Amino acid sequence: MGLFKIIFSITLLISSITAAHARDQLSIAGSSTVLPFATIIAEEMGKNPQFNTPIVESGGSSVGKKGVCEGIGTQFIDIGNASSRMKTSELEFCGQNGVDITEIKVGYDGIAMANSLKGETLVISKSDLGKALTAEIPQEDGSWIPNPYKKWSEINAKYPDIEIRVYGPPTTSGTRASFAEMVNQKAYCGKDAIAKKASAARDDSSGKKCRAMRTDGAYVEAGEQDNLIVQKLQEDPMSYGIFGFSYLDQNTDTLQSAIVDGTPATFELIASGDYAISRALWFYVKHAHIGVVPGMDEYMKTWVKHWGEDGILTDAGMVPMPEAERAAYEKAMAELPKLTADMLK
Amino acid sequence: MPTTNTDQLVNASLKLRRKKERRFKMLGILAIALALCFLVTLMVSILSKGIPGFFQYYITLSVDLDRERLDPIGDLSDQSLFDGQANKIVQEAIFLKTGATSRNEKKAVRKLLSNGSDTRLISFVKSNPKLLDSTQKLKFALDDDADSYFRGFVKKQTPEKQRRLSDLQIEYLDTMNKSGLISYQISDYLFFGSASRNAEMAGIKGAAIGSLLTLTVCFLISFPIGVATAVYLEEFAPKNKFTELIEININNLAAVPSVVFGILGLAMFINLFGLPRSIPLVGGMVLALMTLPTIIISSRAAIKAVPPSIRIGALGVGASKVQATMHHVVPLAIPGMLTGTIIGMAQALGETAPLLMIGMVAFIVDVPGSVMDPGTVLPVQIFMWADFAERMFIQKTSSAIIILLLFLILMNGGAIWLRKKLERRW
Repeated sequence: MGLFKIIFSITLLISSITAAHARDQLSIAGSSTVLPFATIIAEEMGKNPQFNTPIVESGGSSVGKKGVCEGIGTQFIDIGNASSRMKTSELEFCGQNGVDITEIKVGYDGIAMANSLKGETLVISKSDLGKALTAEIPQEDGSWIPNPYKKWSEINAKYPDIEIRVYGPPTTSGTRASFAEMVNQKAYCGKDAIAKKASAARDDSSGKKCRAMRTDGAYVEAGEQDNLIVQKLQEDPMSYGIFGFSYLDQNTDTLQSAIVDGTPATFELIASGDYAISRALWFYVKHAHIGVVPGMDEYMKTWVKHWGEDGILTDAGMVPMPEAERAAYEKAMAELPKLTADMLK
Repeated sequence: MPTTNTDQLVNASLKLRRKKERRFKMLGILAIALALCFLVTLMVSILSKGIPGFFQYYITLSVDLDRERLDPIGDLSDQSLFDGQANKIVQEAIFLKTGATSRNEKKAVRKLLSNGSDTRLISFVKSNPKLLDSTQKLKFALDDDADSYFRGFVKKQTPEKQRRLSDLQIEYLDTMNKSGLISYQISDYLFFGSASRNAEMAGIKGAAIGSLLTLTVCFLISFPIGVATAVYLEEFAPKNKFTELIEININNLAAVPSVVFGILGLAMFINLFGLPRSIPLVGGMVLALMTLPTIIISSRAAIKAVPPSIRIGALGVGASKVQATMHHVVPLAIPGMLTGTIIGMAQALGETAPLLMIGMVAFIVDVPGSVMDPGTVLPVQIFMWADFAERMFIQKTSSAIIILLLFLILMNGGAIWLRKKLERRW
């Protein structure tokens, strides 16, 4: 029993020493899409000797949104990153824990569809892209059948005569959620005449059924790491991939962008809004930690300093917000309006 | 000589038996060859990607170390040097070398230089304050895009809009290369740099020190507890249902997925005891929980291997049970215990899953100075680099893997050496 007593007293001793140990650097966690940009800002802020470099953890958008709402105190994170906006249910969790937060949008990230330079360039309409990838397709009589298309050319003869095989992220990914919303739901079920009618008839107003991706092998889940998808595409010229734009930007020696609705994914075309498959990047600031953990203001200021056109963030592939939007969120940083359920509607 | 019936039988079956033997040998050789094939493929893939990662491209610039501009307060403090114009001074030096004058040209040239050039100049000034007010030839890292161009990852054939370097930038790089300003040499950032989002500046220093601190904590906790448990269970504990239950549990713990220990660590050390997240102390404690079963099992095996005659002899000349154990059994079992501990430590060195839960899988720039400072570990650094888009990070990932493998080989080699050196046979 002596041993247990010793262990117990040692752990108690350690905890009593450290309970009072205040944190002197920011703790940030969340979306792996925001992480590359948040780390740039953190590192830039850390160059100033007055501040420690913030710690940025990954984990996914849900970790960021849930983490920031978990409670007040230095054992909880200060800022949560997310590549999908907070839902009212997630905000309720904040309310339960008495946490007030402010929502800041920092920019956009393009989602690229690409394949190997050795393969055929895919020139496709967004609606047909959705038709190729969504799980169920309506027939003339309004009934839904599992997606029957095996080859791109079966959708339209002008598309490549090869099997549909698209590598993309798994269900946990914000990239996939955004892609499915913009391509499957909005462009296909929202625009295609037959699909629109049939969607209304099957009571799919939220678009959830339409967002489902094929599971018959045409859409292959390739894991959260975009670099893995890049490698798969380099090995298999007959396949296509869906991933963050910065990974295409870095691999133009082996990959080419698909041309969706007439526009390839290039930085200029995403920034101008012509290439419309992109999503917003967010972070959520906890009010109670401002002034308690040093550097909250400085972190936000560092974002403002670099989030414009032609900064270190755009260099890493982030697409800046229009000027008016930047001004609005800079104002939000100063005034810190409390995020309410109404604002999310 | 006439052959008997038996001889004939033996001779006939001999052929078959030899054939069987050859077939069995062949299978064995095939299995080993297959394993070697995999190993060679892995090594070739890692080495071919990783060895270029040990090198990077630098540019030599003559920098005017103007005291007033670099150190406006004049006390060479961090703040003063930060307030100075280090960044501008480096940029002026490269404008001068390239002859860039217009706004566009300057913008193009500026992006060829590493984002950390100002920090590099500041640390040079800090370690050589006597050289202020002189002009020095210094080497600065090229930006990772420029580096990728020299490695052939950015190609001129790609349309200008789709590549990360403009025609103008490529022209500048070619001219500088021709005039001998660019050099390809061992990357000092890889070894002495800390985590960075600029691929050209990223290094393993922070993670390596984090690994060292974490493993130290892990060793200090798991070795004494593990050995004490093993000695008690093997030498002193009564053999009953309760000790059997403990034994089964220890063996089970050895097979528990490591991420479970992370969840336990989060609940115990962080949520209950209120220790901060991301610190090597918590990391070491979690890894200690994971290593404990390995140490206990191997220590018990080592104690079991000590022949009973040693104990009986000691007890026979009047030693107490504790004396017999402490003076005779444990010293003889120490080599086996150490080997088990080193193998457990090597396992802990390669773990990321349990650290995910306690916040050590994170981007941490500042190098930890103690077990209470936030830090990360080598495999986490590899994991994070593998996920970044920049091409240079992929090479650095492989380089870091090589370094981690070297550490593991060293540790396992040490275990073998210890065993060879200290082992006693009866």
